[in-house]
Amino acid sequence: MAIQRAIAAEGKVDAGPNWLLRDLMGLAAVLAVAGIGYLLFPNNLALLTRITAIALLVLSLDLVTGYCGIATLGHAALFGSGAYAAGIAAVHFDITDPFAMAAVGAVGGAAAGLLAGAIMLRGRGLAQLVLSIAIVYLFHETANKASNWTGGSDGLAGISPDPVFGIFGFDLWGRTAYVFGIAILAVVFVLLRLLVRSPFGMLCRGIREDPVRVSAMGASVNGTLLRMYAISGAVAGLGGALNAISTQVVGLDSLSFTTSAEALVMLVVGGTGSLFGALVGTLTFMWFEDFVSAINPFHWLTIIGALLIAVVLFAPNGLYGTATQLLHRVWNKR
Amino acid sequence: MQTVFSVGTDALAYGMVLFVISIGLSVTMGLMRVVNLAHGAFAMIGGYIASYATQILGLGYGVAILLAVVGTILIAIPIERFLFRRIYGAPELTQVLMTIGLTFCVIGIANYVFGPTLKTIPLPETLRGPVDLGFRSIAAHKLFAIACGIVVAGALWVLIDKTSFGVKLRASVDNAAMAASLGVRTKIVYAVSSAVAVGLAAFGGIVGAELLPIEPYYALRYMVTFLVVVSVGGAGSIPGALVACLVLGAIDTTGRYLVPEYGEFFFYLAVIAIVCVFPNGILGRRS
Repeated sequence: MAIQRAIAAEGKVDAGPNWLLRDLMGLAAVLAVAGIGYLLFPNNLALLTRITAIALLVLSLDLVTGYCGIATLGHAALFGSGAYAAGIAAVHFDITDPFAMAAVGAVGGAAAGLLAGAIMLRGRGLAQLVLSIAIVYLFHETANKASNWTGGSDGLAGISPDPVFGIFGFDLWGRTAYVFGIAILAVVFVLLRLLVRSPFGMLCRGIREDPVRVSAMGASVNGTLLRMYAISGAVAGLGGALNAISTQVVGLDSLSFTTSAEALVMLVVGGTGSLFGALVGTLTFMWFEDFVSAINPFHWLTIIGALLIAVVLFAPNGLYGTATQLLHRVWNKR
Repeated sequence: MQTVFSVGTDALAYGMVLFVISIGLSVTMGLMRVVNLAHGAFAMIGGYIASYATQILGLGYGVAILLAVVGTILIAIPIERFLFRRIYGAPELTQVLMTIGLTFCVIGIANYVFGPTLKTIPLPETLRGPVDLGFRSIAAHKLFAIACGIVVAGALWVLIDKTSFGVKLRASVDNAAMAASLGVRTKIVYAVSSAVAVGLAAFGGIVGAELLPIEPYYALRYMVTFLVVVSVGGAGSIPGALVACLVLGAIDTTGRYLVPEYGEFFFYLAVIAIVCVFPNGILGRRS
């Protein structure tokens, strides 16, 4: 019900001739927030870069959960695959150009997405959820075991990316990593805005609403979902690669169930089925986490738990969805 | 032979503990169609209460079990009434998030109240040490866990197959609307089965405390295991849950004994294989 209302609202937003203007405004907002972050927290750019990388993961999760309606608790498998692909390329194959590493990460993530998607689409409902969990644990154990390639539980260290364009090196301050990450995020964001509005994106939304009807119309449900999974994997893999490039180490936690669950929490706090919601959720969650867990990590768990319950009960469209609804209501009254 | 025997008893004990904890989850999931990730939290609460009762209050093991089961049910009633009832029939994502949120809250509160350390529930004298079976000796608490599993399975079989409540329960699982229109008070069936489910979870948490130690992250660590058991066995099916627990317990324990360096690799590989072949669970009905 709530979801359907959200689509109706978003449908209104997306219709109309000024979608290009909206996208440009969205892009401007992302860049503005990134710039403000750079100016306000020049000593905390590592955190901001991590937020950027996780934002890519949450965006990719939104593609399958928000736009296709697949509930998954294993999306970090794709993020971690991208991170390990980029890291292994750098350490074992001397591919240290940051753009090449990002590309390798995207390919690795897409491959993991195809594999995970092919398994997940075998089930529905509870079975699907359990499959997603089993996949992320399987990836985790595989990375843990293949320590010759991944460094096992010590993490994959020794990644030293080349300077971007041969000029801007990745230094201790993390300025290059931050700008690099924001550039990737901005490009991906624009591409995804185009993707979700394309006929393919509409087909995915149709499948979320009623898969039987879509297949009756002659479209291949599983084929479409699998393609979306591969795209989502590429985006998540980019996020993982960005994390590998900026921190210069890949740990097993990038493939963990906890990361997957947190990504889902971020998405829902921000609002599913809208790319802005994914960004808002990531920013809110990560910033809040950094703030509270510095005081006491267990209070953080209690607060995030209570916040989740509150969001589910009182704001099922997430922060962004609820805010736009309120704005619409105010707008219509005038 | 020695290895086979010890793997066998360990697997059986582990499987039975899993069964006692997750059978309640299976029944309520079959009944209310709620994906409940907070079930492990109730087992943990039971363990904490029992530990508090034995360590601080100095009560006996049996009394502690009783107190913990009743206490956990009392804690669960308002949670069921005010939180879970709102998500019956909601999309899975909503249910997953609500119950994860609840789990996080319970972990945070448990840590705040009891601290991050591992809590033990001292066993009574009779359950300590090995029991001689004539040809082999086996740890008494494992034997106790196996016996508890058998008793619970038997009691549930009698309850569900032989009593009028069981008839109503099965009717509600099959078709709640039809059962209600035939005069079954489904609300009461729901309430009683939720209480039984939570009570069994608490009981399993105490009995299994030696195998699954009680600490704040218990609820998160075994959340997945319980959910997997239900999904593999088929929600709402008691024999299915029993088979799933024994099979998964055997795979997990054998894996740990023979190839410990692979951790839970084989466990999750088996889960993927089983769920792919039986999307509705081994003995689940077609939905």
